[in-house]
Amino acid sequence: MTLLPDLALVLLILTAAVWTVAVRDRRDAVIGFIVVGLLLSLAWVRLNAVDVALTEAAIGGGATGLLLLRACARLVPRPAESVLPHPAMWILTGLLCSVIAAGLAAIVVMPVEPPATLAPEAAANMGELGLGNPVTVVLLAYRALDTLLEKVVLVLALIGVWTLTPEQFWGGAPASLRAQQSSGALRLLAQVLPPVGVVIGVYLVWNGADHPGGTFQGGTVLAAMWLLVMMADLREPPEIRLHTLRLLVILGPVVFLVAGFAGFWIANGFLSYPPAFAKPIIVIVEAALALSIAVILGMLVAGPAARAPR
Amino acid sequence: MILVDMFTMAAVGAGMFFFLAGTVGLLRFPDTLSRLHALTKADNLGFGFIVLGLLPQSPDVLSGLKLVVVWLLVQLAAATAGQLIAQFVGLERRRDPAA
Amino acid sequence: MIDFLYGAAALLLLLTGLGLARMMWGPAPADRMMAAQLLGTGGGAIALLIATASGITAIIDIALVLALLAAFAAVALTLGEPGTKQPDGQANP
Repeated sequence: MTLLPDLALVLLILTAAVWTVAVRDRRDAVIGFIVVGLLLSLAWVRLNAVDVALTEAAIGGGATGLLLLRACARLVPRPAESVLPHPAMWILTGLLCSVIAAGLAAIVVMPVEPPATLAPEAAANMGELGLGNPVTVVLLAYRALDTLLEKVVLVLALIGVWTLTPEQFWGGAPASLRAQQSSGALRLLAQVLPPVGVVIGVYLVWNGADHPGGTFQGGTVLAAMWLLVMMADLREPPEIRLHTLRLLVILGPVVFLVAGFAGFWIANGFLSYPPAFAKPIIVIVEAALALSIAVILGMLVAGPAARAPR
Repeated sequence: MILVDMFTMAAVGAGMFFFLAGTVGLLRFPDTLSRLHALTKADNLGFGFIVLGLLPQSPDVLSGLKLVVVWLLVQLAAATAGQLIAQFVGLERRRDPAA
Repeated sequence: MIDFLYGAAALLLLLTGLGLARMMWGPAPADRMMAAQLLGTGGGAIALLIATASGITAIIDIALVLALLAAFAAVALTLGEPGTKQPDGQANP
């Protein structure tokens, strides 16, 4: 493949990104952001990073666009001029961004010689864990602590959103996600798509052990299906005081932690698995994490409670 | 084998033509709803022909089935998105008849 | 055959990329959303072409996710809380 299509892709990404930053209207900027996400997903495909491309397609195409457009709908209207920061702030932000971009470019253009990599060693030990996808091996075995903290951050983010709840609504349900006018087409989609989407979400989680896919991609797809049902007004968002909801939110991190501490007794220490049981343990942890991610992402989009508990 | 490849080239070529038509329509048609019409052509026929062309090239049955599922999902999504965008245009017009 | 499929993917990228002009011109949010919609469908087709050309069947899963979520942006455009605010920031009468 020649260089030309790659250059075209890079040019498209840059054009869309610059337009997204420059455009005045908030909602237009979100649409631009969705487009950048789609293009980035294609760039990851081109780089053969299928796992990352899947994540970008699921998060960029489904979750982030929804989250940001919902935030737009909730924001207090303001003329575009009044939100512009001070020119000094402009220059400072621009300078910082240029430094980061130049640093990244320097690393890419002048790689360390010889390149420091653990890839051969990581690949050599994959057989012991019984998994076929190197990305999952790194995420859930070699660097499990990072992954655990990442999921805990998601729980903290949800708690952060919930703390924005006004006093009198605490424990109640978030504002409805329904569209401005009821639509038969949307209701049909929300009845036909979720069964297919749930199967695809579970497939991505299960498949993640041996092929590209995994908890985050699968969890995001599940969350998107739940949100679709809420947007079509077939279900209301649940009250945030519900015990089942809160249990589901912490289920993933708790299962991960239990598996991690169990490592002290059944293996060599925190977050290490005995080779014979590595695969079942990782699959159980992944399933619990996917469920929690789905619930957390759904509730993050729904936002803080806006109605008094019934 | 040659016949299969020729079929793929013809079908993918047809798909590309409808994507071209969709893009030209999206850029050149005078108002929003006409442009929506052009877009849905690309979504339906363009994507459909490309999947049809790729089917005989798929390495195993599972991949072929996935191609068909992708096509069905795109049909459903494109039809719904077309309806929703049209309704949205109608809503904006009623709110601001000048636009 | 492989070259043909890669070529088709590259051409399709250019075509849907040209659609980005509509995202910039607008004028209505619906117009911009249509460019995103075209890129979503086109992106799925590009992924399928590359998956077949390269023989990496996992890339089909990307098209699967893109197709599954293709309508989401359009659905999100119609979001709004009745009785509070409209998505364009105008107060509801």
